[in-house]
Amino acid sequence: MQNRISPFLISVLCIGIAVLYIPMLVLIGYSFNASPLVSVWGGFSTSWYTQLVHNDQILDAAWLSLKIGVVVSSGAVILGTLAAIALVRFTAFRGRLLLTAMVNAPLVMPEIVTGITQLLLFISMLHLLGWPHRGFTTIVIAHVAFCTAYVTITVQSRLHGADRSLEEAAMDLGAGPVRAFIDTTLPAIAPALLSSWLLSFTLSLDDLVISSFVSGPGASTLPMVIFSKVKLGVSPDVNALASLIICLVGACVLFAGYLMRRTERRRMLDAQMAEH
Amino acid sequence: MTQGVADDMPAPIAPRAIGGHWLKRRGKWLIILPPLLFLMIFFLIPFGFALLISFADTAVRVPPFTDILSVSPDWHIHITLNLGNFKYLFADEVYGLSYFYSLKTAFFSTLICLALGYPMAYGIARTSKSTQSILLLIIILPFWTSFLLRVYALEGIIRETGLLNTALLWLGVIDHPLQIMRTTLAVYIGIVYSYLPFMVLPLFATLEKLDHSLLEAAGDLGSPPWRAFLDVTLPLSMPGIIAGSMLVFIPAIGEFVIPTLLGGPNNLMIGRVLWDEFFGNRDWPVASAVAIAFLVLLVGPIALYQHYSTKQLES
Repeated sequence: MQNRISPFLISVLCIGIAVLYIPMLVLIGYSFNASPLVSVWGGFSTSWYTQLVHNDQILDAAWLSLKIGVVVSSGAVILGTLAAIALVRFTAFRGRLLLTAMVNAPLVMPEIVTGITQLLLFISMLHLLGWPHRGFTTIVIAHVAFCTAYVTITVQSRLHGADRSLEEAAMDLGAGPVRAFIDTTLPAIAPALLSSWLLSFTLSLDDLVISSFVSGPGASTLPMVIFSKVKLGVSPDVNALASLIICLVGACVLFAGYLMRRTERRRMLDAQMAEH
Repeated sequence: MTQGVADDMPAPIAPRAIGGHWLKRRGKWLIILPPLLFLMIFFLIPFGFALLISFADTAVRVPPFTDILSVSPDWHIHITLNLGNFKYLFADEVYGLSYFYSLKTAFFSTLICLALGYPMAYGIARTSKSTQSILLLIIILPFWTSFLLRVYALEGIIRETGLLNTALLWLGVIDHPLQIMRTTLAVYIGIVYSYLPFMVLPLFATLEKLDHSLLEAAGDLGSPPWRAFLDVTLPLSMPGIIAGSMLVFIPAIGEFVIPTLLGGPNNLMIGRVLWDEFFGNRDWPVASAVAIAFLVLLVGPIALYQHYSTKQLES
């Protein structure tokens, strides 16, 4: 069955993949264009990259986005893992249906609606409680809310597949349930934790709509700065910035994927050795 | 610590039993409550606020809307509900038109994604396991890189002096550059380009599990391949088709970035209207009403998606 791929399927696959990648490759090509006019090729140059290093607006925004990304993905991994444990291990508790719904809803909720409703909440909270001021804090809270959903889904499917007999054995040997979980199941779901951390980080780093709503004056994330520049048309320094981000994120994802596959293979080998 | 106790003492059962008992009864709430409360306060309750504010009136103050609940000096609680915002949605045809336009755009982009994504997923499912994982990685990788930047990158292809026009002019297919930017076509291209991976992945997940002996049986019984496809493959991959379609359709309705960056002034999708209402007109009550009405519109597709995705998870 595996050798019966028709030429039609192969060509659609190739076209689809080409459609996905050509725009990014062209963008990277243009980022080395010496001419400030995007339509003219003026020779090879790295000047847009050097200009980027001196652009304080972009550097500040990038730094803010990175800080937000780290805090958000760490928070989301903690909350999302707890939610996944709750949903997989505790089959009956009050609020289970609610938690399930709240974990699945952000995946299909339009960002623009989430952004508006969260802004309204933050405004009302500031009015009534004097907290939180719009900016770093509100962006982090809003991002954690939707990233938690992605983490929960990822960790949940991993927990379903995890073997509980090791954990039970550890408990029979006298370990408390928390200890047993940390020693046996946690290493097994570690790849899922890493990939959901990375996913949250890239989602947070990329978010424009929700950030624009819940952010306040003075707190512009990188996508907000890029969006305001891009709205005016193609600009060469954004080309350089975009190429950098695409290449960095791509390299990180590939590296993480490689690491995960390697640990996965080692675990499977160990398991096979243990069986024999 | 617990391990030390277990090594030294012959009967460590008592303290562990108490710990286990306490954890069984109360401890699980330490795990459940943090995510439950966080999502309730910062995800669910905001919708309540939006619902409340959609019944408020605009006011020149901070925040720019009137109170719904007010307590007068003699401790009477007044609730002032203003239905005007929802009436306004029906009165001003721009809202109805943009809802309809968003639905139409999302529907046709979903169809195009399906037409392109189905053969892709089918092709991937038919390759060997090791090729599969490489191809899947190639499909997923763009999803990890920035969405905003990919939409921006598309502009370099379809603008007047972009790669597409240059290539077509060079080949002699056209005499003068095509105007694609700021048209409806650009919005379609943008949505299909951005959401194609969301269509391919769930389709692949169902097609991969497809039992090929069924197809062979159909062939043995005399079905031509297209007949076997229609009778066996297509119905069996329905959950994947629905999940993938909803994963494209739902976010495409609310799309803001693509119509703003690639579309023209007449590509008024609901996301853009909401944005303008909020940041341009600063009419928060009307924006809340638009958002609530939008949500009501989405209930059907979301329920459909949840139904099929849980079905898929169970199998």
